Amino acid sequence: MVKELLVILISSSLVNNVVLSQFLGLCPFLGVSKKTETATGMGVAVIFVITLASAVAGAIYQFILLPFDIAYLQTIVFILVIAALVQFVEMFLKKFIPGLYQSLGVYLPLITTNCAVLGVALTNVQKSYGIVTGIVNGFATAVGFTISIVILAGIREKLKYNDIPESFQGMPIVLVTAGLMAIAFCGFSGLL
Amino acid sequence: MDMAGILMATGIVGAVGLFVGLFLGVAGIKFKVDVDEREEAILGVLPGNNCGGCGYAGCSGLAAAIVKGEAPTNACPVGGEKVGTQVAQIMGVEAGESVRKVAFVKCRGDKERTRVDYDYTGIEDCAMLAFVPSGGPKTCKDGCLGFGSCVKACPFNAIHVVNGVAVVDKEACKACGKCVAACPKKLIELIPYNAKHVVACSSREKGPVTMKACDAGCIACQLCKKNCPADAIVIEEFHAIIDQEKCTGCGTCKEKCPKKVIV
Repeated sequence: MVKELLVILISSSLVNNVVLSQFLGLCPFLGVSKKTETATGMGVAVIFVITLASAVAGAIYQFILLPFDIAYLQTIVFILVIAALVQFVEMFLKKFIPGLYQSLGVYLPLITTNCAVLGVALTNVQKSYGIVTGIVNGFATAVGFTISIVILAGIREKLKYNDIPESFQGMPIVLVTAGLMAIAFCGFSGLL
Repeated sequence: MDMAGILMATGIVGAVGLFVGLFLGVAGIKFKVDVDEREEAILGVLPGNNCGGCGYAGCSGLAAAIVKGEAPTNACPVGGEKVGTQVAQIMGVEAGESVRKVAFVKCRGDKERTRVDYDYTGIEDCAMLAFVPSGGPKTCKDGCLGFGSCVKACPFNAIHVVNGVAVVDKEACKACGKCVAACPKKLIELIPYNAKHVVACSSREKGPVTMKACDAGCIACQLCKKNCPADAIVIEEFHAIIDQEKCTGCGTCKEKCPKKVIV
């Protein structure tokens, strides 16, 4: 069991990196990666939400969708539940942990519609993971997201000081960088 | 699929939606955070630049800190006395006195006055100069690099590079301190708006070295210090520093300075 979870941890965070090999969650990846500080904040928020969302989505799937035989409605129900969950988390943090809300608050609404969150919930179902395995998979995926967004932010901070051809300035060079990062991450594929 | 299946799916998804909606509604009331109305009022008075000059995360951060009593009512350097008084009224306390400050670049080494060791044609950003030989082309290692990191940092368009040296527009400056943080040479300082005399040099080299590098460099000759009637001048790291609290504005130092560094 432990070995299996470890394999999931490595495979989801590095080998099948959510951004760089599955191309999920690209909008925050490109949008919030200008500074390493904000990128880290976003990463932590994503870890927090995805771990919670995989738990809730897993429970909903096991105890509501499967018994009533309506597993084909998973996408709709997951969207509904995840959006509500993020809203609830935001309210909860604001009331009880204002410090955490101060640092994560801005990013939470951004995550509501993040496809990586929904992607993890659906992958968990697809690979028929149980609730615990699903949570570990969600956590690992989010860690993978954090790793790649922080690396990209670090590169973008250095890019500022470079003489970039006019047609490549702004988003194009970021996409080129992201592509090169994806190629670099291919190196992990021999790991498992 | 038969009718029952459709109804069942609709029913369950509807029920989930209804439950989620009710749950959020209840949570919204249960977890309501009371925002102090004074906080909103203060936020309305503050300038709203979110420059962070006060040391808090934007104007809302400062407003919250003022209400909690962590920050003084005149903590906003941009709004100055005017905003401080308004905030004090909202909080119902007497306004403390605040001195208007402005940023000042302690260097006047423009293109005519300074020598350069080599021509630099790289990226035009002061932070970049930390990576080039001897920290920049200028012979003086403590002089303004003139690539305008402070200009980019200024949210009020109050600092400009004129002839290779940064100059602050005293009227436009709100003393938010962004340029102070941006300058890699630590040349910018906040001084009182009505400061009469300031030493416009930060050279930490000995007199002869400074003299070779720049025509407007303090050579630490001590003439200003010896002649100051108010004892307001000290020499530290081979340049003069005027204590603005002691300075009476008599102008003796400006007269005596052989290099005309004191302005």
